[in-house]
Amino acid sequence: MADSDGRQVDSINHSTEEDVKLQEVVQAKCEGKELTKEEKQRLRKEKKQHKKNKKDDRGPPEKEKEKEKASVLAPSKPATQSPAHKAAPVPVNASASESPVAAEKPAKSKAEQRAERRARQDTERASKQGKKEGGQQSASSKPKATPNELQPVKRLPEHIQVDDPAALKKLAKKLERQQVPLRSDYGYKVSLFSHLHQYSRKNPPTQQISIPATVIHPSIVRLGLQYSQGIIAGSNARSVALLHAFKQVIQDYSTPPNEELSRDLVNKLSPYISFLSQCRPLSASMGNAIKHIKKEISNIPSQCKEEEAKRRLQECIDSYINEKIILASEAISKYAIEKISDGDVILVYGCSSLVNHILCEAFEKQRKFRVIVVDSRPRLEGREALRRLVKKGIRCTYVLISALSYILPEVSKVFLGAHALLANGYVMSRVGTSQIALVAKAYNVPVLVCCETYKFCERVQTDSFVSNELDDPDDLIVTRNGKTHLENWQTVKSLGLLNLVYDVTPPDFVDLVITDLGMIPCTSVPVVLRVKNVDQ
Amino acid sequence: MEEAELVEYFRAQIREDPDVASAVAAIRSLLEFLKRDQSETILGLRENMTKAIHRLEETDSSVAVSSGGELFLRFISLTSLEHPDLSQCKNVMIERGELFLKKISLSRGKVGKLCHTFIKDGAKILTHSSSRVVLKVLENAAADNKRFTVYVTESQPDSAGKRMAQKLGKLNIPVTVVLDAVVGYIMEKVDLVIVGAEGVVESGGVINKIGTYQMAVCSKAHNKPFYVVAESFKFVRLYPLNQQDVPDRFKYKADILKTVKDLNQEHPMIDYTPPSLITLLFTDLGVLTPSAVSDELIKLYL
Repeated sequence: MADSDGRQVDSINHSTEEDVKLQEVVQAKCEGKELTKEEKQRLRKEKKQHKKNKKDDRGPPEKEKEKEKASVLAPSKPATQSPAHKAAPVPVNASASESPVAAEKPAKSKAEQRAERRARQDTERASKQGKKEGGQQSASSKPKATPNELQPVKRLPEHIQVDDPAALKKLAKKLERQQVPLRSDYGYKVSLFSHLHQYSRKNPPTQQISIPATVIHPSIVRLGLQYSQGIIAGSNARSVALLHAFKQVIQDYSTPPNEELSRDLVNKLSPYISFLSQCRPLSASMGNAIKHIKKEISNIPSQCKEEEAKRRLQECIDSYINEKIILASEAISKYAIEKISDGDVILVYGCSSLVNHILCEAFEKQRKFRVIVVDSRPRLEGREALRRLVKKGIRCTYVLISALSYILPEVSKVFLGAHALLANGYVMSRVGTSQIALVAKAYNVPVLVCCETYKFCERVQTDSFVSNELDDPDDLIVTRNGKTHLENWQTVKSLGLLNLVYDVTPPDFVDLVITDLGMIPCTSVPVVLRVKNVDQ
Repeated sequence: MEEAELVEYFRAQIREDPDVASAVAAIRSLLEFLKRDQSETILGLRENMTKAIHRLEETDSSVAVSSGGELFLRFISLTSLEHPDLSQCKNVMIERGELFLKKISLSRGKVGKLCHTFIKDGAKILTHSSSRVVLKVLENAAADNKRFTVYVTESQPDSAGKRMAQKLGKLNIPVTVVLDAVVGYIMEKVDLVIVGAEGVVESGGVINKIGTYQMAVCSKAHNKPFYVVAESFKFVRLYPLNQQDVPDRFKYKADILKTVKDLNQEHPMIDYTPPSLITLLFTDLGVLTPSAVSDELIKLYL
């Protein structure tokens, strides 16, 4: 096809060979481990087939743009790989492909991307057919391959690298390519947390999406809006909403021609996930759910018909929700109720769906106990928990977290929910939880954490700084007696408002973790993870 | 085999061999029960075994009998019993039961071998009440020509400590019997504390004769190592949060549970020592830290 073009094939070959390798590497870095080379080729193939007709409209300007891009991309690549690249194609290149005219292009446009891929496709095809270049191509591709394999790049997740401009640029490029709007940070960030995003609820990312949104499925757009506005909050609720939205996506999905469902659907999900993480950083439970779905999708056999495959995926999602969330909470209630005895005074913090469920079940089983609900600003989630418990008829007391040491001498047990359990036994939960655990320990009150196993994650964290979430700072503005304090906090240059969402509790403060596998000490989380991995 | 026969067999085992652990005697009785059982189905067999275990728990309410019985049941039914013929299944189960029994009879020796190296020459050891495993450990250490002295608490209400002192005296180990209240006074003199256990719980804590918790707290305050020696069949699937959380059926002797109405007037026989106070546990599975106990339990039970 390159030959039928009738254009200067050779020069394209030589000039874009380097581009091929450059772009492949950059692609690999931007897209992470999700796409294999085959998938990338398939992507390129698809784009090429779509844009083949428009190819004639693009003329020489494309070639020049590619050359400029090559020089722009070169400085952004890590130094280890560029010498290998530059060295390898030098004997092959006849014409100077690296034009010293490095016109700085801010970001790739879609047209340029398509042209690049098409040209890459041409060169790959040419290199496969042209034996003359075959040997040299493989020689040049080998040194490219080995640096990648020898140095597995350890990547920090981008959501904790906000103060690193290189990481931000990479993220911007990736989002642009996926056609996901980039959300900008808001307000002054306290310096200890400047590596995290801080968004404002008044600018949801959905505003920047055109209607109708072509790349992002409408149920995902709705879900993203619900996350960013805090309409859906709470680990379990977010995971279940995510899985339901994915069910809708799978329902509406149709495999494009010459594509396999198992590969294409996974690719389709990537921009959705980027969008959702722009709306609100993904929780550990959501991450595990997504991993599970992706694994199920890629395990669909290729000869499976589309309807059958879709039905299978729907069933798989339903069974995941049923097993890991609903049945798990039943199992946890069963174990937890053994620990609730008559006459107990139980302290709970915030609103955990699991803890509320346990208390309601225990009350139905005629246990005599009363509950103290501890709450904190600015979310005041304890009010929701209070509402649910009082509706059941449980005797409750409501205090703010500042009264904790006053009320703890009365308490016999503390029940806490968890957002995630980390691999070193630390418990990640709503901010304020570690404070409760600490004071309870000082008063020798047993602390029980209730957590389903699907929230166990392989991360390790010993403090609440390195990875957290910053909520909208405007939430801290309060109006009392007609006066709104902190209204103009942005005008005071030295003032920063910090609205943390999570904190991390060390395992010494936690006496018992109740999971659907049973009651385990906090230090046994890695054992459970190991057992789970063996099962899978 | 009737339940009364079972209980009689169990009591006979303990009478004949007073040195045997109560759990081992219980397991021997269960094996005998299994051999003589007449049920027609696997399910019936399991039900009978479970009832037998409950019956034995009623006779001797120690934690070890409960844990040993449950582990025995799990061990013999691990073979998933694919054989269609019941008698063949039973034979397999009996074989595995014998194997289990042989393994646990050796466990005390293994523990003794592991632990005695931690006793240095000239050491002063404090121990609580009467434990056959601790006796074995000290026996091994003495056989290794180590010089050490032992303080044993009297351990009321049954004065078990005096029995321990007698046994140690026979091994020519210098021993002193002290009052239970002397633990705090004497802690600065001793180098290490070794106690046995009736049960090891999921958190890594131990259930032992009342007074152990006190000793553990004192040793922590003085920074002395607190070692627990226990065989692996004592691992039990309990998770007490504090002293109140230990079930009543373990706290009091079996006959008291049956006769007395108001347990508040009775003296509990055991207490719970949390894992934060324990330095190391010596078991036939190896030397474990308290947090590793949960790992082992998951392996044994899941």
